[in-house]
Amino acid sequence: MRFQDVISINDFRKEDIDYVLRVAERLEEELKKEGTLKYAKGKVLATLFFEPSTRTRLSFESAMHRLGGAVIGFAEASTTSVKKGESLMDTIRTVENYADVIVIRHPREGAARLAAEVARVPVINAGDGANQHPTQTLLDLYTIKKEFGKIDGLDIALLGDLKYGRTVHSLAKALSYYNVRLYFVAPKGLEMPRHIVEEISNKVEIVETSDLEAVIPKVDVLYVTRIQKERFPDPAEYNKIKGSYKVDLKVLEKAKDTLKVMHPLPRVDEIAYEVDNTKYSAYFRQVWSGIPVRMALLGIVLGVIE
Amino acid sequence: MKELKVSAINKGTVIDHIPAGRGLKVLEILNLFGDNTILVAMNVRSGKLGRKDIIKVEGKILNEEEVNKIALIAPSATVNIIENWEVVEKRKVEIPDEIIGIIECANPNCITHYEEVTPKFKVLSKKPLKLKCHYCERTMEEDIVLKHLL
Ligand SMILES: [Zn+2]
Repeated sequence: MRFQDVISINDFRKEDIDYVLRVAERLEEELKKEGTLKYAKGKVLATLFFEPSTRTRLSFESAMHRLGGAVIGFAEASTTSVKKGESLMDTIRTVENYADVIVIRHPREGAARLAAEVARVPVINAGDGANQHPTQTLLDLYTIKKEFGKIDGLDIALLGDLKYGRTVHSLAKALSYYNVRLYFVAPKGLEMPRHIVEEISNKVEIVETSDLEAVIPKVDVLYVTRIQKERFPDPAEYNKIKGSYKVDLKVLEKAKDTLKVMHPLPRVDEIAYEVDNTKYSAYFRQVWSGIPVRMALLGIVLGVIE
Repeated sequence: MKELKVSAINKGTVIDHIPAGRGLKVLEILNLFGDNTILVAMNVRSGKLGRKDIIKVEGKILNEEEVNKIALIAPSATVNIIENWEVVEKRKVEIPDEIIGIIECANPNCITHYEEVTPKFKVLSKKPLKLKCHYCERTMEEDIVLKHLL
């Protein structure tokens, strides 16, 4: 076993990422051949969702069931003793008696790290405030690897709100381990934070622009994220930007034949529905990637998969 | 010129060249209120700093780790270990690689503000000072750090 907990993508070396992706690939094969697997038979996962995130929770639960394990947990802190004022640390000390592994989602940054320090059982971070969501990053990488058979050598564009988007921050950092060229395409005011650009610019080539059309013909992956209306003080400004970043068939006319469009979902209107059934769309396969990747992580931290 | 503002000590630690006005904060961080006799001089004229504070702790030799705790608020401080009325060792304070306690995280949504947990920071850079919260992973620069002393 190479790691005990999954808290931050910053804890992962390149070897760790490659290892997770390899295990995920192996499990996906086995899953296709055998249906439900038995690696986690007799093991219990507790999903502690202090704020709702139905997709992420269902993905973890599905992964655990497919590994042959069982799931307990709560989906909203308001239904638990947390509402009565119980501390996170006490909740963890209680739940660790019921489960062999804990998946936690919490509105406060650093909650998963603290939970992991307190818990005797492994902890997986399913999102701590604006900080980390490492399993999303790993499933994004897995999707790219599945679509192209590799990550090295690709031109990858991250599009949308690069300033506040936790997903694109972690993904950019993780991609910097590979031999890729990154395009950061963002409207003015929502550019990738300087500290991230500085951190990775000595490892990968970065092109920063607001011009999506110029970037489209060059890239292999277009990773689209949502631009949140509430980030804009002026609604007119938002409407202008919103229109310029709608990925539809017209925008994709100049794309490489092999371009793949990805999105962490949910989308609002940044990808037109007409893209869904084209060769470009990879975002629903991306959702599926969450299953083998989370199976791999659960299996690794439980120590039932080598 | 000999310093006559505060009486000399037989055995103990003298922390000199503390920026004026930070002396009490240093005492607080070092948690020296107890059995020790402590002499504090504030706003002492100094060639180097204009004004400075000086602390003399009688009977107690502070170790490096204890003294380094004050590096954030008094980076200019020097530490003299006194035995038999004489300085037997002179040290400069140094910022440690990890800072536990002393400051709180500047991120209002950090879990450390909501749970009984000691804030912990990794020192990314000593000059200019840059810290990273062990929990929320947010970084803090010097001006922010000084506003968040506990
Ligand atoms: Zn913090």
